[in-house]
Amino acid sequence: MSERLSGGEMLIRALQDEGVEHVFGYPGGAVLHIYDAIFKQQRIEHILVRHEQAATHMADGYARSTGKPGVVLVTSGPGATNAVTGIATAYMDSTPIVVISGQVPNEVIGTDAFQETDMVGVSRPVVKHSYLVRDASELPQVVKEAFYIARSGRPGPVVIDVPKDTTDPNMLFDYEYPASVSLRSYAPATRGHSGQVKKAVNALLGAKRPVIYTGGGVIQGDAAAPLTQLARRLGFPVTNTLMGLGGFPGDDDQFLGMLGMHGTFEANMAMHHADLIFAVGARFDDRVTNNPGKFAPDAKIVHLDIDPASISKIINADIPIVGPAAVVLAEIDAVVERRLEADPDRLDRDALAAWWTRIREWRDAHGLDHDQRHRCGLNGTLLPQQVVQAVYRATEGQAFVTSDVGQHQMFAAQYYKFDAPRRWINSGGLGTMGFGLPAAMGVQFAHPAAAVACITGEGSFMMNMQELSTCMQYALPIKIINLNNQALGMVKQWQDMQYGGRHSHSTYRDALPDFKALTESFGHVAYRIDTLAELDDVMADVFGPKHTDDLVFVDAHIDPEEHVYPMAVKGGAMNDMVLERVDGRDDIREDL
Amino acid sequence: MRRLLAILLENEAGALSRVIGLFAQRNYNIETLSVAPTEDPTLSRLTLSTEGDENRIEQITKHLNRLIEVVKVVDLTDGDHIERELMMIKVRATGETRDEVKRASEIFRGQIIDVARDAYTIQLTGTSDKLDAFIRAMDEADILEVVRSGVSGVGRGEKILSL
Ligand SMILES: Cc1ncc(C[n+]2csc(CCOP(=O)(O)OP(=O)(O)O)c2C)c(N)n1
Ligand SMILES: [Mg+2]
Repeated sequence: MSERLSGGEMLIRALQDEGVEHVFGYPGGAVLHIYDAIFKQQRIEHILVRHEQAATHMADGYARSTGKPGVVLVTSGPGATNAVTGIATAYMDSTPIVVISGQVPNEVIGTDAFQETDMVGVSRPVVKHSYLVRDASELPQVVKEAFYIARSGRPGPVVIDVPKDTTDPNMLFDYEYPASVSLRSYAPATRGHSGQVKKAVNALLGAKRPVIYTGGGVIQGDAAAPLTQLARRLGFPVTNTLMGLGGFPGDDDQFLGMLGMHGTFEANMAMHHADLIFAVGARFDDRVTNNPGKFAPDAKIVHLDIDPASISKIINADIPIVGPAAVVLAEIDAVVERRLEADPDRLDRDALAAWWTRIREWRDAHGLDHDQRHRCGLNGTLLPQQVVQAVYRATEGQAFVTSDVGQHQMFAAQYYKFDAPRRWINSGGLGTMGFGLPAAMGVQFAHPAAAVACITGEGSFMMNMQELSTCMQYALPIKIINLNNQALGMVKQWQDMQYGGRHSHSTYRDALPDFKALTESFGHVAYRIDTLAELDDVMADVFGPKHTDDLVFVDAHIDPEEHVYPMAVKGGAMNDMVLERVDGRDDIREDL
Repeated sequence: MRRLLAILLENEAGALSRVIGLFAQRNYNIETLSVAPTEDPTLSRLTLSTEGDENRIEQITKHLNRLIEVVKVVDLTDGDHIERELMMIKVRATGETRDEVKRASEIFRGQIIDVARDAYTIQLTGTSDKLDAFIRAMDEADILEVVRSGVSGVGRGEKILSL
């Protein structure tokens, strides 16, 4: 026999039945019935945030680090609109979150009632799907569908807008959670087209200058293992997008590093000169291709993606394959294995050896320097790259690293070599400052014993620093590495390069707080470092047994003049890069 | 190139706004749009005309298919098809123009569906080109009001658009 539950209770019970363990939320009038239902149960832990935007980033960090949908609960009106930035962030990076927003009662919708916002309308362009619950009896079905849609196919955020009357504690319903869900209008591909797989294999085996270029789809699609196996079997160079780092081991010799706007010299050169590009779960974003009209002129493009709309959107694919990356890569690998067993010379090994020689020459000439302890910043200051490398050493490359947006994000992406998927967590698509700290919190909730570092900048950190209070409440031992250049560094870099060094509103005129005192006031541990000499010792302490249970904030004062390089030249091809500081050029990319 | 898309959509609150929102959001153009429930009341059918080269239409189709409530999308202009639009046009009809308007309406196989002392309302069905031609045949100064339904389309022969 089914149970009799109120709408609010059904909602929470449905989340339990969906296996949800954490809900990141903030209460308010429209969701009080739901909060009462939360109070009366133990299975789901509700985390009280300090700002709804942070709740969405926590759910997002949780989702990115586990693959399981993260869940958010906010009230109507301002609670819901505060969540929108986080929903858009999840949408742009295709991460599964389910956002439950309170709404005014059905009968007053449309009357400009207190705290009424058309949340379904406001969020429409940045959700995978959304629901407005008209009747409490729909709740179990809606929750079931929402989770299914959020995590299947190309994942994405789903909003459930819940009018207060549908959670009324006095109205009871028969509760039964649907065992399965089927939607006649939604059926994500479950495997690749076998004809296309064969064509792709032929193209791969015939390549003389191949590059495997992979993005967030390999991470989200749990395809790192089959990708690595195929890449090793073929011996092809691999490059990852900002979203794809960790899809292939970052310390592997076959890895060219990140590509694109701040990608490595060898990755961008290899892309430009390739005769075959195998794109997997990547979308030829403008931060990767630079000018699409000049993109990889000689390359045949094989493009594998779960979302048909990503294929041939920017760059025409010669061999498109729609399907889940993990399944299709395994299919391709199986065919490649058979072909190579039958004929080991099916690959043009001489051409490949020559290709690798060129790539190594590029790498030797202008590759990243993975130990910069010999360098010295202005007036003896620390360099941001040195700090990232010290974090890498202290964590033995095994930490979850979240980041924000700016120079620090690029330094983290370039110098922390991720060798496993779901470890590097950043807002690549929307570029949301304020993402790093709450995302790290979501990761730490999902992985209580893991080392979680947030490599941030002082500008980004101040966009969600109120969450230090939440960290205190839940005793989250996150390590925050603040690359403090006392500026909106990335903005300032562009101003140096393109606006004659006119720093219009990219510095704070000595109005920064004492971050050490600030974080200590929240009950956390804090360090300040200024020199290379103290760097490794402090990092050893921060990530060592001394602070296993502490949130530690490291305020690293770095050279404010340091720029991120390489950097793509505006309107150029992928091989057009600026490699070192040249102020005042006006042909760098103009759109920030 | 003008294209005519036929779209089957879940007949649910909010579904249509997702289709329209998609066109606005991705900078696609809607020239005409007509929509009504089908013989299956859980489904609506839209006919939408838009401009774009092959790439653009492919992108539009793919993005439409990404919407959870879109069940099917077909580009009718890919094959043989029939399209019709309905127009109600109110024109000044006084003195000698009264007869002229009536004759023109007959030539275009229109029907006068409302008569007033100084005006006729004429109903016309046909391709959009035919309706345009009728409007051109009227004296601009005599046209009082034009109401057009937007194009509806269906494939020729036995091929049908269904689930
Ligand atoms: C919410 C938001 N507002 C504005 C921007 C534009 N923006 C990109 S990087 C940047 C500067 C970031 O400064 P900081 O966090 O200190 O990082 P730094 O570049 O100095 O390392 C700004 C303002 C953004 N990405 N996100
Ligand atoms: Mg800064």
